[in-house]
Amino acid sequence: MSAPSLPLPGNTVIDEDLHLSRVTFWSRLRRHKLAIAGLIVLSLMVLAAVFAKQLAPFDPNAIDNVHWQGTPLPPCFQDASQCGGHPLGTDEVGRDLLSRLFFGARISLAVGLFAVLMEILIGSTLGAIAGYYGGWIDYALMRLTDVFLSIPILPLLLVLTAIVAASSTKAALSFGVIVVIIGALSWMPVARLVRASFLSLREREFAEAARAVGNNDGRIIFRHLLPNAIAPIVVQGTLDVANVIILESGLSFLGLGIQPPTASWGNMLANAQSNLSIAWWAAVFPGFCILLTALAINYIGDGLRDALDPNMV
Amino acid sequence: MRRTLQSIPLLLAISVILYGILYNMPGGPLAPYLQNPHITPADIARLKHNLGMDQPVPIQYLKWLGHVLVGDMGYSTSNSEPVFQALIERFPATLELMGASLTVAILIGVGAGIISAVYRYSVLDYAITTLAFFGQAMPVFWFALMMQLAFAVHGIPLPMGYLIQLPSAGISSGDTFDLGDRLVHLILPAAVLSILGIATFSRFMRSSLLEVLGTDYMRTAAAKGLSFRAILFKHGLKNALIPVVTVIALSLPGLIAGAIFTETIFAWPGMGRLFINALNQSDLALLMGYLLMVAFLVVFSNLLADVVYAWLDPRVKYD
Repeated sequence: MSAPSLPLPGNTVIDEDLHLSRVTFWSRLRRHKLAIAGLIVLSLMVLAAVFAKQLAPFDPNAIDNVHWQGTPLPPCFQDASQCGGHPLGTDEVGRDLLSRLFFGARISLAVGLFAVLMEILIGSTLGAIAGYYGGWIDYALMRLTDVFLSIPILPLLLVLTAIVAASSTKAALSFGVIVVIIGALSWMPVARLVRASFLSLREREFAEAARAVGNNDGRIIFRHLLPNAIAPIVVQGTLDVANVIILESGLSFLGLGIQPPTASWGNMLANAQSNLSIAWWAAVFPGFCILLTALAINYIGDGLRDALDPNMV
Repeated sequence: MRRTLQSIPLLLAISVILYGILYNMPGGPLAPYLQNPHITPADIARLKHNLGMDQPVPIQYLKWLGHVLVGDMGYSTSNSEPVFQALIERFPATLELMGASLTVAILIGVGAGIISAVYRYSVLDYAITTLAFFGQAMPVFWFALMMQLAFAVHGIPLPMGYLIQLPSAGISSGDTFDLGDRLVHLILPAAVLSILGIATFSRFMRSSLLEVLGTDYMRTAAAKGLSFRAILFKHGLKNALIPVVTVIALSLPGLIAGAIFTETIFAWPGMGRLFINALNQSDLALLMGYLLMVAFLVVFSNLLADVVYAWLDPRVKYD
């Protein structure tokens, strides 16, 4: 570690330039490397989710009546004689942990993807309208954004899912409902970003030109302006996939997300706490999958930000 | 002053939205009676009339708002006490947990950010930024489980036969106040809750300080012949900390969400656990009270951040 110093111009200008270029090169390469690593990890997760049926050694919801005796079976690498052929052991009711992890990947990734698509749909529509029209429409929509930003998302999310769960059968608290509720409560940052882009985009010549040749507002907004505001949306959306995955797993952990027996990484952890002293594997592996996926996506988002918007730090 | 006035309509709008959502909660306060075969529809109508539920929704909302403004948030069915009282009783425990976590997060996060920026591109910097990425991707509840697994279930063995084993839940000295016991029970929950803050603050502090170190006035200070240490502490940190103040204030919603998990997992007798209990028992009034209270805290902390920001940085003017 070199002695701390200000990043001041060095003794000579050439020195400084060399130093700077080497530094940016290494930092870019490093960031790039991590984004690539994230992409590889995420691709593996997606493959695991898509081919869950082919990869899973057991039926994810089947109880192993042959080996399971009332206590979770340990992973094979810990105790090969006791594991009953389950590579990562079983949960507290004797279901194969690895198979449930494969199927859980489907839920987590799909919720992340669709909830973010939903948030982008709502956020960019509201943001585009606010930024394009300005005036009182802008004011009203931005105050609405402020209101939603001031309500902590998680408690509201929990209350909403509880309402849906209570007003219908358990089955209705499905994938779709969770996607819609999460999407409907997380559009605010996208709306702000799109509005900011539109405020400057609408003044540009090509927008003027599109207006002059007689396009209607809807066409100008969606065909001409929105494609130019896509970079910040992509970065924000990518980072939000990770946030949504963590959010959904939290909901499921508290019993208000994906309902068992359908496996999700979150609800696999719901019973892990009470079995913590006898089955560490049931607590460790699902959470590690969440962490790994969120980490991979965050690195990809970071890399995208560097690639798409070099001005951002 | 104008910012303060602006937050009033904001809070009103929040209350309208929350009321609109919770008004649709199935059953509501009459749910237990609707199940009872001995209660006739006429009884239900009478109860509805007595509770004011037969009036138009806007009227009901205004009446409810009038009660809330004088501190009457209704009666908690799951706790058999007024909502306001139930929340206030649990508030100190939550404040203790969140306060401890925030303090730890600020100290470690800002410290790590400074080290990261000063020793940029060193091994230490890479280690800190990598850990910050892990912290941001970490599901709070899983981290809580892992800490319990490590410290409460098994214990961390030290050389010489010592074992670090920490309690995982609650407070053992119920009636008498025992500071040592309180602190020991606080370690795990506070550590868990501070992770996200440490990660966020260190990343912001790093980029903020790097930006300041590259400015002209820092160059001027160096040109005067001041040592790096003097520049850093006299000019650098002062300016780099200003944007971090905003980030700290904006971290409150995340802290509240994290507290819900942390309190539930560590059986911490705070507002977050109260909220989860209320949720499981469809205690409408308490849920509403909790949501209003946290929304108020968030609006208030944002306002505070604006004021502090303007005070620290005279260049910022709000009109």
